[in-house]
Amino acid sequence: MNPTNNPTFADQQSSSDVVGKPLVRVDGRAKVMGAAVYSAEHNQLPDLAHAVIKTSDVAKGRITGFDDSAAKRIPGVLGIFTHLNLPPLAQTPSTSEGKKKIALAMQMSFTPLTSDQIFYAGQPVAIVVADTLEHAQHAAALLKVSVVAETPVVSYRDTQAKLFTPTEGAAAQVPAKRGDAQAAFSNAPVQLTLTCQHATNHHNPMEPGATIAHWEAADRVTVYDTTQAIASTHKALYVMLGLPPDNVRVVTKFLGGGFGSKLTMWPHTVLTAQVAKAVGRPVKLVLTRPQMFTSMGHREDQQQTLRLGATKEGKLLALLHEKISTTSPWDNYAEMNSKIVHMLYACPNFDASVKLARANVMTSTYMRGPGEAPGSFAIECAMDDLAYQVGLDPIAIRLLNHADKDPGTGKPWSSKSLKQCYERGAELFGWGKRNPKNGATRQGNKLVGWGMASGSYPVHDAQGNARVRLYADGHALVQAAATDLGTGTYTIITQVAADSLGIAPENVYFELGDSALPTTAMSGGSRAAGTVSSSVFLAAQDVWQKLIKLAIADQHSPVYKAKPADVEAVKGRLQLKADSTKGEAFITLMQRIGLDDLEGVATGHYGSSYESPEATLNTPQAKKDDAASHSMHSFSAHFCEVEVDTELGTVHVTRWVSVVAAGRILNSMTARSQVIGGSIFGIGAALMEGTVRDPHLARYTNASLADYHVCVHADIPEMTVAFIDEEDRYINAMGVKGLGEVSIVGTSAAVSNAIFHAIGHRLTSLPITPDKVLKALRKTQ
Amino acid sequence: MASEWSPGSSSRRTFIKQTTGLAGLTLAPMNQAEPSAPGPTLVQGATELSLRINGRVYSLRAEPRTTLLDALREYLHLTGTKKGCDHGQCGACTVHVDGERITSCLTLAIMQQGKQITTIEGLAKGDQLHPMQEAFLKHDGFQCGYCTPGQIMSAVACIREGHATSDDQCREWMSGNICRCGAYPNILAAIREVASSQ
Ligand code: FES
Ligand code: FES
Repeated sequence: MNPTNNPTFADQQSSSDVVGKPLVRVDGRAKVMGAAVYSAEHNQLPDLAHAVIKTSDVAKGRITGFDDSAAKRIPGVLGIFTHLNLPPLAQTPSTSEGKKKIALAMQMSFTPLTSDQIFYAGQPVAIVVADTLEHAQHAAALLKVSVVAETPVVSYRDTQAKLFTPTEGAAAQVPAKRGDAQAAFSNAPVQLTLTCQHATNHHNPMEPGATIAHWEAADRVTVYDTTQAIASTHKALYVMLGLPPDNVRVVTKFLGGGFGSKLTMWPHTVLTAQVAKAVGRPVKLVLTRPQMFTSMGHREDQQQTLRLGATKEGKLLALLHEKISTTSPWDNYAEMNSKIVHMLYACPNFDASVKLARANVMTSTYMRGPGEAPGSFAIECAMDDLAYQVGLDPIAIRLLNHADKDPGTGKPWSSKSLKQCYERGAELFGWGKRNPKNGATRQGNKLVGWGMASGSYPVHDAQGNARVRLYADGHALVQAAATDLGTGTYTIITQVAADSLGIAPENVYFELGDSALPTTAMSGGSRAAGTVSSSVFLAAQDVWQKLIKLAIADQHSPVYKAKPADVEAVKGRLQLKADSTKGEAFITLMQRIGLDDLEGVATGHYGSSYESPEATLNTPQAKKDDAASHSMHSFSAHFCEVEVDTELGTVHVTRWVSVVAAGRILNSMTARSQVIGGSIFGIGAALMEGTVRDPHLARYTNASLADYHVCVHADIPEMTVAFIDEEDRYINAMGVKGLGEVSIVGTSAAVSNAIFHAIGHRLTSLPITPDKVLKALRKTQ
Repeated sequence: MASEWSPGSSSRRTFIKQTTGLAGLTLAPMNQAEPSAPGPTLVQGATELSLRINGRVYSLRAEPRTTLLDALREYLHLTGTKKGCDHGQCGACTVHVDGERITSCLTLAIMQQGKQITTIEGLAKGDQLHPMQEAFLKHDGFQCGYCTPGQIMSAVACIREGHATSDDQCREWMSGNICRCGAYPNILAAIREVASSQ
């Protein structure tokens, strides 16, 4: 809380002229006109040169030499950099000191071009800089790299793979066990075991990773980067380059999607800065689409086994979750699927484990709904199987096991409207008319199935700053170093600022995407909306407090000599609480006293560190932990209809309904788009997405958008989205939970459950491609 | 020809300008062949090119191997046209050449001289948006906006081709334009609205 906040403005943002409304994206016009400038498009820089990365074709081995004789002859080549001649970094995450300093700002601790070792196919081994893109590409193609190849480990399924239980790193953060799950499972009248396989997935934002580095002086650099996290990219860069923080500036004005791939900094960004310095010109590097499969992480290939014990009536007794996945040679990363298994249903006994195997791949990373997306697949398919086994409707089994409080922590929910999600979704979908029999609804040569699943995503604690400058002419400049990766940050924050200041949204100019602005949370883990909106709302309150002080001291003011606590700001008017006729617009006050502008700043908190104004100001110390004593999650329910072609094995999603409860919805239109987008991401993961490493070479065989299939127009039906109104007083000043992840969690399970209903077979190996469907169908015939 | 294009050969920078023989590479049907030169002309190294884009003539110095997409983005700074794959797989680079949609990453700038090229920057009339741009705004037909210029250019052509007369037909004929943000239902709504108002 900002100390200048006063009980006058206690409570949450409540008046809403534009908050919640479907305001057209404020950055929309620039986007539809092609005028929005993305990170690779800052072409105005003088003498901008182009860099192209040369990557390794082999997955394991040692570089024995380079032959750059042909490459060098290409005109316009400014530099060919390898581990032999690249000027070293001040720090890298490969050392324990560097790792500590860079912390979570980089996901992969390996730094390419620092030695002759090759650890994964696609690893950068050289970077070529030239005056034109064509020259750089040609020279990179001509550069010969000699390598002594060794046999790589391909994945956790490789016979060479050694499984281990991680004791540190993200993969060691397994949720706490409760009860005795093993015993409870053994004694359970109903026992179910579900094993799910997940192919490697790649984020593939449409905008490839790109960096432009511009050294404005020998010790000062501006980096235009594709990042979802300005502050952490800024930190990683100044630490690695050995510069004072103020000498590094990171800019991301428009971001062409990210989905987690742009959340932490990857080596190509700092490489660009290094070579730009070495050649003494601004340098642009854009990853190629194939390079996008080996440069910015992926969702790891994995297998999860969920054992579920229940009573004959279908009440859960035990949940045992095991996950095995592939990780890189250096890092212990695994998305934590068991988090959602831990909290989604009331179940007295729970246990989980994670095993990793090192293989010759880069470090995997956060991908939309990290942990929750695959975790929900396991638990939501298993619940569906349980429903089938005990003869209950899929919604009924979920209601029977509904968690009225957080089963993991025992804390009450800050808000939870999952039951309403089921109810509303069932109504919108027409669930009541569902055929209770599996494999029994035919339409010509198609089998039709209806499935549903729940989703949930936690509120991750975060905080961030914002600055609001209100001008006497009635417009405002609002600033925070947030990013908008398509999620609508520009728009929703404009709406929040407009309402908080009592001005029209067209009079708000919201600036983001620059490390020179107030630091705020990353756009990841569904943090941005809640954090940035709260800090902007509170910064506006700071403005009002300052204005009230000026008003009560001004003898021409209608509120002259009033007590600050007796004055309120309503729609841009400062007035007496007791008599609203005694007041005036801030414009009148500011112009009269000759104040051109006034600035407010604040820190907004999201999650358990949030202290509601009530808690901090009006209530005893004991209540201060109000927020922390709640478990905070958003919830959703997804409903899916599929048609399965019994001859071709193709699955087509023909209807979709998502209902989401995520606190206050800041813009009903952009929120709907985000939910649709999440569902489509999940449909892709369920039906078509999978990157395949060659079983001998450990090289991706389908690293292109022609071969790595994502959903296209023809795959997607009309979709219905609804939101449940929620007021959550514990999470942040705006009551916002965030939507990015909860929109995907449960979606793949809904598809699998619909297929189960259609064909009467449970398919748990993702993606569910036609060959798997046909194989299952043959069992019936 | 084969050896001309093998990577590593310096002659890859040469280009046989033979209008009739290579126009097929653009994927656009040759409805109006320009008067063809008598025989193949060898163009080598950086050359003066002239492109007619959005009704304006642009001159640039680029090599024959420079794609239309790179010419737009890197030489003319018309960055509205996006690069998502550089291989004709995503549609982000869609522009109109003589009124037909093509993926500008799959054609060379030198091949498009003398044609009418329209990019996203040329769709609006001054401040007045094209109805498709308006419809994308109204229906929120995008999130990150990176696929959007390609979607819009494709959508305008899709209607012109008569391929937006039903939802399913439109979905099929727009499937070369990938949107990873998943704005498909909104894009469809936008296109169908424009299609039905024409
Ligand atoms: S960039 Fe041309 S189709 Fe993808
Ligand atoms: S709007 Fe982001 S890819 Fe389509």
